[in-house]
Amino acid sequence: MSVGERLGTSRGARRWVVVGGAALLWVTAYELNVHLWNWLVYDVLGLAPESRLGSGIHFFFYDTVKIALLLTGIIFVVTVLRSFMSVERTRALLGGRREGLGNVLAAALGVVTPFCSCSAVPAFIGFVAAGVPVGVTMSFLIASPLVNEVAIALLLGLFGIGPTLLYVGAGLVVAIVGGVVLGRIHAERWIEPFVFETRLRGQVIDSTLGLSWDDRLQMGAEEVRSILRKIWPYLVVGIWVGAAIHGWAPQDLFARYAGASNPLAVPLAVLIGVPLYSNAAGVLPLVEALHDKGLPMGTVLAFMMAVVALSLPEMILLRRVLKPRLIATFVGVVAAGIVAVGYLFNAVLG
Amino acid sequence: MIIKVLGPGCANCVNLEKATREALVGLGADATVEKVTDYGEIAAYGIMRTPGLVVDEQVVLSGRVPTAAQVREILAALVGSSA
Repeated sequence: MSVGERLGTSRGARRWVVVGGAALLWVTAYELNVHLWNWLVYDVLGLAPESRLGSGIHFFFYDTVKIALLLTGIIFVVTVLRSFMSVERTRALLGGRREGLGNVLAAALGVVTPFCSCSAVPAFIGFVAAGVPVGVTMSFLIASPLVNEVAIALLLGLFGIGPTLLYVGAGLVVAIVGGVVLGRIHAERWIEPFVFETRLRGQVIDSTLGLSWDDRLQMGAEEVRSILRKIWPYLVVGIWVGAAIHGWAPQDLFARYAGASNPLAVPLAVLIGVPLYSNAAGVLPLVEALHDKGLPMGTVLAFMMAVVALSLPEMILLRRVLKPRLIATFVGVVAAGIVAVGYLFNAVLG
Repeated sequence: MIIKVLGPGCANCVNLEKATREALVGLGADATVEKVTDYGEIAAYGIMRTPGLVVDEQVVLSGRVPTAAQVREILAALVGSSA
């Protein structure tokens, strides 16, 4: 009797063999990636590693495969882990929390709770109607898009662990402080009254209740498919714009206008980033190219945060529950936080 | 049986409605399917992740798009209990 047949008697064991096999395959592909393209581009095609064409082609394929692998692996793992968390449970954890600790918890939960911006409005109403303070709710709403698995996967792949941790930490700080500030200024006055009049009826069902491991793993695979399908156009455009900057923009163009010597570079980067609508996948190749061109880390990460955290479509959605005054304040507070983070990184990283 | 599909009109809500109608055809059950797109009303059902599925004013599912077979299972149980 073969190993597979013996394990086949148990559905559970077979599932873990499949998962283990996939993980092994993933690690092997990740490890072999650079060797494969070294061999194909330099040995088979015979291009010189020093040549622009050789290094360019090598970089393009190696990077694309690496990003695809990182996205697949990280989205899958994060989705499976998140299937143990739900917005309902998060709300229950936040209910009755006071400012301060509540904001910290909300920001952290914003990272681990499965959430999409299309649910921002019902979640907002649900939180506030259940008695979660407005400032605490805001911390959740800021952290959720800012620190997400796609941003983490790409930052890891393109910049390494240091800047990734820096980004996650900074994102949490912006979300916590932003929520505290919005709570302090009594943002409740600028919320559409119907939110407070909403009465929750019926019992709340937890969307993750009764999921089996098979369900969770299947959700992970589906999420990988749906996110990749959603972000690949952004990724392609991002890579091309990045490549264009890489190849054609004069070396000192950006550094001259937005380099470390310009004290206004950070607010300028944020100002440009706020109206831009993209996601982490679209903006990161661009950020990488700008960083290569000599822009300091703080400036490029601030730019990325502004693009990811604040966008026009999201503001239009939030307009259903927030009055224009609060939307403007929201944008202002978050943008100011991002600018502060940018300056801090530039100062610390030199 | 009155079935409500809750969601502001995103792709997920369309998919859920499709799965629901498919399940109903499979069951041969008689039901009206309504769409609820108003945020206040959606939130009032306690739903914080769209789409949501409500059968006879009872939330049976939220936050994910099930397959037609899964909807059918849920509906079959409800048809059985109310009959």
